Amino acid sequence: MNTNTVATSTAAARPAPAKAKPVVQKEDAMWLQKELINRNYMELATARADNRKVSATFVPGNLNELLMCFDFARSLPETNALQNGMRKKSGKFIMDAERDGHSEDVCTYVKSDLGMMMGGEIGPTGDPLPTPDVLLLSYTGCFTFMKWFELIRHKYGTETVMLHVPYQGEGKIAPNMRDYVVRQLKETVIPTLERISGVKFDIDRLRQYMRESAKAEEDLVAVLQSAKNRPSPIDGYFGAVYYIGPIFTAFRGTPEATEYYRMLRGEIEQRIREGKGPVTPDGEMGEEKYRLIVEGPPNWTSFRDFWRMFYEEGAVVVSSTYAKVGGLYDFGFRHDPENPLESLAEYCLGCYTNLNLPSRIDMICKYIDEYQADGLLINSIKSCNSFSAGQLLILREVEKRTGKPAAFIETDLVDPRYFSAANVKNRLESYFQMVKQKRSAALAGAH
Amino acid sequence: MDSGTPAAAIVERCQALFDDLDFNAVKQWKAAQPGRKAIGYMPIYVPRELIHAAGMLPVGILGGGDALEVIQGDAYYQSYICRIPRSTIELGLTGRLDSLDGMLFPSICDVIRNLSGMWQILFKDKYVRYFDVPQNYEDEVGGRFYVQELEVLREDLGRLRGKPITDDELNASIALYNDNRAAIRELYAYRSDKPWQAPTSEVYLLLRAGMVLPPEDHTTLVRDYIAATDRVARPKRDNARVVINGSFCEQPPLGLIKSIEMSGCYIVDDDFMLVTRWLLDDVPADASPLDELSKAFLHRSASTAAKYDTKREEKGVFLMKQVKTRAAEGVVFAAPSFCDPALLERPMLQDVLAKHGVPYTAFKYAENTGQMAPIREQAGTFADSIKLWSAA
Repeated sequence: MNTNTVATSTAAARPAPAKAKPVVQKEDAMWLQKELINRNYMELATARADNRKVSATFVPGNLNELLMCFDFARSLPETNALQNGMRKKSGKFIMDAERDGHSEDVCTYVKSDLGMMMGGEIGPTGDPLPTPDVLLLSYTGCFTFMKWFELIRHKYGTETVMLHVPYQGEGKIAPNMRDYVVRQLKETVIPTLERISGVKFDIDRLRQYMRESAKAEEDLVAVLQSAKNRPSPIDGYFGAVYYIGPIFTAFRGTPEATEYYRMLRGEIEQRIREGKGPVTPDGEMGEEKYRLIVEGPPNWTSFRDFWRMFYEEGAVVVSSTYAKVGGLYDFGFRHDPENPLESLAEYCLGCYTNLNLPSRIDMICKYIDEYQADGLLINSIKSCNSFSAGQLLILREVEKRTGKPAAFIETDLVDPRYFSAANVKNRLESYFQMVKQKRSAALAGAH
Repeated sequence: MDSGTPAAAIVERCQALFDDLDFNAVKQWKAAQPGRKAIGYMPIYVPRELIHAAGMLPVGILGGGDALEVIQGDAYYQSYICRIPRSTIELGLTGRLDSLDGMLFPSICDVIRNLSGMWQILFKDKYVRYFDVPQNYEDEVGGRFYVQELEVLREDLGRLRGKPITDDELNASIALYNDNRAAIRELYAYRSDKPWQAPTSEVYLLLRAGMVLPPEDHTTLVRDYIAATDRVARPKRDNARVVINGSFCEQPPLGLIKSIEMSGCYIVDDDFMLVTRWLLDDVPADASPLDELSKAFLHRSASTAAKYDTKREEKGVFLMKQVKTRAAEGVVFAAPSFCDPALLERPMLQDVLAKHGVPYTAFKYAENTGQMAPIREQAGTFADSIKLWSAA
C-alpha cells in the first residue's frame, strides 16, 4: 500500500545550502532525523553480524514498540520502496518485477520491493538489507499488504504472522473489533514473535516504550497543528513527510524519537514567533498565497519537482491526510502504557486508511475549517486503491459541504512512468487561479 | 443445444433473468407479498442464510455486465480502477437497484470496501453494511470476532423487518442453503463428468439465476436442468479440460465464456459466484446457527485471493485440488483489469502450477470487453498446445 514516510538521506531531503541556507535550528532537527533513519539502515545492514533477527512490517498500524520488545532490527518495505523512488532506482525494480510476471496494473510499492529483492540483499542506501526473518502482516487499511507479504513468503520462505485489523465500516471502533485485535496479539502475534526472536515478552518493557511514544506523539501534534498559524511555519504534506519519518517507522517508542520531536517542536515554535513560513528545498518559502489541504500520498520519484510546483506559486499545504496514515494523533489518540495491548489495537484500528469514506470526508472538512484552508487538492495515486477508490466522491462532497474549490491530479508512488510534470503543473496552475477567483468573488460579495 | 427442449427452456429463463438489469424478478417477488424486503450483496461471500431467515430475498449484485452503458458511474472512478464499482454505482444511480432495501459489501478488496462508504453517502435511505470476515481462522480468535459480526448483522436485519431472527428460523435457512449448495455441487460434478452436456455458458447462467431467485426455486431449477440436459445427448468434442481462475468478483462477459469454450476448452471448474459454494459441505442445522456458520467459514470454506493463506504450503492447494479432482489439463487465469487480489495472487498460483507441471495461460478482461477474437485465439492456442503436447 501506498503509505509511508521519508528519510532525509537524499539530496531532495536536505535544503540546498547553496541557494538558501536554512536556519540553524531547523537544520539540527533535520540532521538528527537523517541520523536516525541512517542508523536504522545500518542496524539492518549489520543485523546478521550482530546476531539479530530482522522483522518487516507496514507503516499503518505498525507495532514498533512491540517489535522492539523482541530486539528485532526493523525494516519497513514501503519506506524502502519510497527511498528507492527518491533515489531513482524504483523504475528498474518495477520493470524487473513485471518481467518476472507481475501485472502492470498492481501496486508499484510491491513491485519496487520485489524488484529490489530480486537483485539481492541490498537496500536503498546501497548497504546490505537482509531478507527478513518474520513478516508481521499488520493488515491495516490495505488488502494489498496481505498479497505483498504472501508474495515475499512464497519466494523467500519467510514466515508471516497475520494481524487482521477490521475496517471501520461504520465509522467507529466497536468493542468486538478491539477485542479481536487484542486476542490476535495475545494468541498469535506475541507467541510467534517470541519463538522467532528467542526473546521472552516483557509487558513492562512494552509499557516503557509506549510512554516514550506518547511523549513524541504530543510534540508531533504540536508541530502538525502549528500550520493553523498564518503564515504556516511548516508544510503539512511535503514537509510533514519528514516530520513523520521517525514516528511512523522504526523509532516510535525510543528516547531518540522523543528527543527528535522535542527539538523539532522547539524549532517550529521559534519559527512561529519569528513569523516565518516553511523551509523548502530551495530555502525559506516566500509569501504564503494559498493554504491547501491535500488528500493522498505524494509522488516520490519527482518529489522535489512536485513540491516546487507548490512553493513557487506560494502554496503551502497546511494539513494532509497522508501525514495520518501512521496514526491519527491530532484527533487525540496516544499510546497508553496503562492498557498496552488495547492501546496498540486502538492505534491500528484508527489509522487513516482504516476509516470509512464518510469519516475521511468529515476529517477533510474539519481540516479545511480549522486550518482556514482555501481548498482541497487530491493527489490520486494509481497504485493505491485504498486511498484512491472513492476520491472523486470525496472531492464532490467536500466541495458541497465547504463551498471551497477542490482539484484532482493523478500521479503514482514510485513508478516514474506515471508522473507527467507538465500535466500536473498545468492542473495546479489552473487550480490556483480558481482559488484566487473564488477568493476575489467572496471578497466582492462581502462588500 | 436444440431449442424447444426442457433444458433450453431453463437456460432461456436464466438468460432472461441475466439480461434484466432492472431486477424485475426481485420486484415481482416483493410485490407478491406486501412488506417483503430484498438485500443486495456483492462478491465474494455473505452468509445469505441470515437474510433468508429474516424473510428477505438475498440478491447478488455483480456489476452491470456488457449491456449497461456506464455514464454516471465513470464520473466516480479513475481510469485505473476496475469496472465493477462504476457499473454498480450506475445501477444504483439510475434507479435499477431501488427494489433493494439494503446492500452488503463483503470484505474482498479496497475498492469494494470503499464502495461501502460511497453507498452510505449516495443512498442514505438504505441499509448499508461493510461485512467483515476474519483472516484469523482460530475459533477462539477469528471465530469469536466473526460470530459477533454475524450477530450484528442478524440484529440489524431483525430490526429492518421489525422482529428478531430466531435460531429456528436460522437453522431452517441453513438447511435450505445446504440443499442449494448440494445442488450446485451436483451441477459442478455433472459438468465435470460430461462438460459437453452442460456447457459453462449454461452453467454460468444457472448460477446467475441464483443471484435473484429465492433459494428454494433456484435449487429446483438447478436439479431440473441437470435432469433435462442429461436426457438429450449432445456431441462430445476432443476439447481441453481447463479450470478458470481469477473471475471471482467482476464478471467476464458471457461472450468471453462462450469464446473460451468455442476455442476448444471445456471449463470443468471455475471461481464464478463463489457465494454459491463458498462453504464446502453441509452446515449443521440443529445446533447454534451462528457458531456453525462460523466454523464452516473458518475450517471448511473455499480459497481465493481475498482470503489469507496462513502458511506458504497452503498457497495453490485449493486450485490444485480443483485441477486434480476435475481431471483438468490446464488453468486459464482470467482476471479483471486492475483487480489487485487476482493479479497479485496470480504469480504465486502460476508458480505452484509450474511446479506440478500444469500448463496455464493468462489474460485480463473487463466486464464490458467486446473484442473476443484475441481471447479466442489465445485460449485456442492453449487448448491446442495441451492436446498436442501434454500427452507426449
